[in-house]
Amino acid sequence: MTRLPVRVVPCLDVRDGRVVKGVSFKGLADQGDPAELARAYEAQGADEVVVLDVSATSEGRSARLDTVRAVRRRLSVPLSVGGGVTRVEDAAALLKAGADKVAVNTAAVRRPDLLAELAARFGSQCVVVAVDAATSANGKYEAIARSGAEPTGLDAVAWAKAAVRAGAGEVLLTSVDRDGTRAGYDLELVRQVRAAVSAPIVASGGAESPVHMASAVQAGADAVLAASIFHQSTWTVGGIKNALQELGVPVRPRYSERDAQAGVAQAP
Amino acid sequence: MVRTGTANLASVATAFERLGCTVRFVSDAAEASRAGRVVLPGVGAFAAAWKALAANGLPDVLRDRVAAGRPTLGICLGMQLMAAGSQEAPGTPGLGVLPGVAERYDDRVRVPQMGWNEVVPDDGCRIVPRGFAYFANSYGLKPPSAAPWHATWSQYGGRFLAAVERGAVAACQFHPELSGAYGRALLSRWLAA
Repeated sequence: MTRLPVRVVPCLDVRDGRVVKGVSFKGLADQGDPAELARAYEAQGADEVVVLDVSATSEGRSARLDTVRAVRRRLSVPLSVGGGVTRVEDAAALLKAGADKVAVNTAAVRRPDLLAELAARFGSQCVVVAVDAATSANGKYEAIARSGAEPTGLDAVAWAKAAVRAGAGEVLLTSVDRDGTRAGYDLELVRQVRAAVSAPIVASGGAESPVHMASAVQAGADAVLAASIFHQSTWTVGGIKNALQELGVPVRPRYSERDAQAGVAQAP
Repeated sequence: MVRTGTANLASVATAFERLGCTVRFVSDAAEASRAGRVVLPGVGAFAAAWKALAANGLPDVLRDRVAAGRPTLGICLGMQLMAAGSQEAPGTPGLGVLPGVAERYDDRVRVPQMGWNEVVPDDGCRIVPRGFAYFANSYGLKPPSAAPWHATWSQYGGRFLAAVERGAVAACQFHPELSGAYGRALLSRWLAA
């Protein structure tokens, strides 16, 4: 099977126009300006950037368009945006502001038809289902809505499968328990969702090191998302990609005009 | 930049503006015919995009531009619209200026193809460089030969056409506007062609 280079995806959790980060979605601290950070991460080799407006749903609105516009102006790799999308019109506004993909969690849990509506209008490649999963009894996972605040009673793996069938083209799979802890991704969660869906999976929650990321890839992830380690300069994106390559995980090489002329691929 | 109704135009417009271009969105056939450079972008469904083009008399304008070698660039669905059709929309035609019809990737690969894939141009290519480009597609063109176009190929469960070019006319299945430094190089070359 053809596998693409693993995407390394910095995530910007945004509140009130600033990047914030907490632990298990709580205790958020300021990390900087979203457009500046997005630009810096692209320069370091980010394959994609995710912007999540973490206060949108609780404030009953969609992600802030001015933030999306500002990030788009600075960013020339793909941009996924999530937070508070409840209607097709919310997604249309985000795409118009410069998002390339729209991530939906809470609203799709409440009304799964939203995913089918988004796929019909924009295509599945535009639609990401954000599954926030928490461990529950007997090795099962439960899907959580409203930025970690609202248990849904849904089995997270079954929900991911249903969401892809409804039209989602990618699963942004976050372990609520691991978020911000740097304890490593929940590999069992990745394995279970991998077994259930054929769409690409972005593993999220708990990344501390390239070894964690390589393990997530081994478990079936197509992309690895991280936030704290980049914001706090534990790693640069380029440093992560070099280390991943040394661990045998294929990553996208850096582009250089001169090497392109010579037809040579570059180290990351 | 041709409006196809469904497309997300912000990223592609921004990419050209960064390169110093002035971007105008058109759906009018006369305007698309007059424009110095035309981009046919595309995200979304084949049938809906074709309907939008046909409703505005754009297929003939685009075919004429391609035939005359006037600067024209198709992106993603825009490239598929230049083929004879798509398995996504049986019975809906395309411009028919590229060989084959868009076929769905098979079950041996993850669909959609979402991420960076290596693209390898033939010797005759002047616009499309070798490198890694960002794809987000479920359908692709898989003709045995791209002649009379210069071809750039890629692999995803088999060989498919990543891009074609002939003079100042080009089309790519990937998104140069989302392909970072690689994409900027490609768009600069097209603007110079």
